[in-house]
Amino acid sequence: MSVTPLLDVRGVTKHYGRHIGCKDVGFKLYPGEVMGIVGESGSGKTTLLNCLAGHQAADAGQVIFDTRVEGPRDTLLMSEPERRMLGRTDWAFVHQHARDGLRMGVSAGGNVGERLMAVGARHYGDIREQALDWLERVEIDGARVDDRPTTFSGGMQQRLQIARNLVTGPRLVFMDEPTGGLDVSVQARLLDLLRGLVRGMGLSAIVVTHDLAVVRLLADRLMVMKDGHVVETGLTDQVLDDPQHAYTQLLVSSVLQV
Amino acid sequence: MIEVSNISKSFTLHNQGGATINVLEGCSFTVAAGECVALTGMSGAGKSTVMRMLYGNYLADAGRIEVAALNLVEAEPREILALRKGTLGYVSQFLRVVPRVSTLDVVAEPLLVNGVAEDEARDRAAQMLARLNLPQALWDLSPTTFSGGEQQRVNVARGFVYDYPALLLDEPTASLDGQNREVVLSLIEDAKSRGAAIVGIFHDDGARARVCDREIDVTSFSVGRAA
Amino acid sequence: MTDQSYNFAYLDEQTKRMIRRAILKGLAIPGYQVPFASREMPMPYGWGTGGVQVSAAVLTPEDTMKVIDQGADDTTNAVSIRKFFERTAGVDTTTATSEASVIQTRHRIPEEPLHEDQILVYQVPIPEPLRFLEPRETETRKMHALEEYGLMHVKLYEDISRHGHIATSYAYPVKVEGRYVMDPSPIPKFDNPKMEMPAIQLFGAGREQRIYALPPWTKVVSLDFDDHPFEASKADHCCALCGANDSYLDEVITDDAGGRMFICSDTDYCEGRRAAGHRGPLNAEAAE
Repeated sequence: MSVTPLLDVRGVTKHYGRHIGCKDVGFKLYPGEVMGIVGESGSGKTTLLNCLAGHQAADAGQVIFDTRVEGPRDTLLMSEPERRMLGRTDWAFVHQHARDGLRMGVSAGGNVGERLMAVGARHYGDIREQALDWLERVEIDGARVDDRPTTFSGGMQQRLQIARNLVTGPRLVFMDEPTGGLDVSVQARLLDLLRGLVRGMGLSAIVVTHDLAVVRLLADRLMVMKDGHVVETGLTDQVLDDPQHAYTQLLVSSVLQV
Repeated sequence: MIEVSNISKSFTLHNQGGATINVLEGCSFTVAAGECVALTGMSGAGKSTVMRMLYGNYLADAGRIEVAALNLVEAEPREILALRKGTLGYVSQFLRVVPRVSTLDVVAEPLLVNGVAEDEARDRAAQMLARLNLPQALWDLSPTTFSGGEQQRVNVARGFVYDYPALLLDEPTASLDGQNREVVLSLIEDAKSRGAAIVGIFHDDGARARVCDREIDVTSFSVGRAA
Repeated sequence: MTDQSYNFAYLDEQTKRMIRRAILKGLAIPGYQVPFASREMPMPYGWGTGGVQVSAAVLTPEDTMKVIDQGADDTTNAVSIRKFFERTAGVDTTTATSEASVIQTRHRIPEEPLHEDQILVYQVPIPEPLRFLEPRETETRKMHALEEYGLMHVKLYEDISRHGHIATSYAYPVKVEGRYVMDPSPIPKFDNPKMEMPAIQLFGAGREQRIYALPPWTKVVSLDFDDHPFEASKADHCCALCGANDSYLDEVITDDAGGRMFICSDTDYCEGRRAAGHRGPLNAEAAE
């Protein structure tokens, strides 16, 4: 299988002064793959995600993305306009807190339509139609299209954020604790939805979470981080069922059985 | 189809004083297409460990595990995923699914990921569930709330709905009544006759005697118990 | 006459030079908001401190100045600014649009077309058109720099979804020379098409410390959707006083029984028409 990886990460390092954010992280993500990154708070997983998505500047390393037009390019060397363009076309970022990823003063339809308008859509009817279609896909009643997200529940806000991100058909989605802070029942629904969308659209995704149940259901592969370093990688079920590293074993055995 | 040569497996428990448990050593066997092989041995001998290594769920310390010419011991995660998707099926004792997804969709999934059209996939899933006598009233419900026997049949349906060239069966007839046990055994026989290579763990002696061509006693590879 | 205790036009010469540099930069990059060191003026923010500073920087002793507020020469804001420049610069003032060389305006463009030798100075409360949806200045600057203007259409989208049409009727965003999106100050959108004109247009925001500009005949396009095109709307009436059908109208409540009438917001235009013998419905009745 000599497929070009969608994302080829090499030696990504980020320091905060003398403190290590993440150190020498590398992996390849292939089209259609979902990779989970787990680790406890402070393990560097969110720092890594932010470096990959260009929200934070890495100190060293390469993040090579297989662009549609020019093929593999190091996004860390891209100009800011190029990277921001990528950020609203081929990439998407789902924040842990929906209000970080939504415009709370703008209607649900406007939130979904923004990315379309950002890439040049100028037909109101078409934009609205697509917004309605996406609300339906994330199981939000179309009658709520003109309501502001402030009137939505946490789970609905998160689903709206997902719709807003996926409307332009991105190829790579970064997710930071997508189910964090939601009720367990709402989590299950969101996970099911995400899984359906990821499979249905053939998306590649990188999911940061501390919830092992989330990665088991969502991720094909797993990367375990501790103190800024990657301590173990592999197939999700293999890492969870046959963990090799002491830290992973501790992580797996610490999960409360229901 | 399946070729295991000289694999060994141990577990190191880092959080319990670094204790190392050696489970298997020098385990070798092959399974040809159209053949059904049973893993036997007393409990704790490592039958499940072997099954899990065959599926890529457990890592092997050394040796080779070739399934459809892919060496699982050295394979990339995505190669194992591709193998599981189209070549290697697994009927486990446990059902792990996303809550809320209907039984019909759970069973149709292996067909969908292999590019079968949605309508056809659902039809075939429905036929399989009917064959396993799962009441139609349950098809639209999530299997998470089902009884043990019902969940087991959903597992079996998932494993047999797509014609995997290789199949791993972990106690496929456990917690089934006589009628459904019969259905599962006939499914295994059908799979053999279309050329599937099957490895299974059967505690049900009658079932094992009926569908298995050979037995491999895992005890002979167990460390410290081989004698 | 000039009050000799003040420098010409109130501001000191160094400040005027600083503001002129900002104006020149603004003219060189039409629609771009140039930061400038806004001075304290002897009037509150919101009363046209930005416009006054720009006017002070461009005035010469030979200029004739006109000041309008919502089109009118005789409202408080217009009168006080006019008096300010009479006293501090000693320039001639006028209410006639055609006779003025510098016109400072709040919320209107005069009805009478301007010509090449004129400068129109706008008072601007909030110069950032993206501010409505993006509160971070660092982010809006980046959006201008990278020409990321999708957000502007989100605002218009919200309008249509809520009202069925683009309900923004003033401060209607425009794109300048195909590059910068600009807030035209709170002029009615009726005035937007007039912005492609032979006169120089300068915009001053005192509190926000920004100056921007449009050189003569700059291309100014009002943003819209393909299926909801821009419309320069006005009240569907004629002026009650002069009968004009082509001018922007103010609604005036005449009693507490629902009585109302529409009159030109541009007082100079209306007076000029009446002097030329035009009559509206109200005057026609009075004449009978």
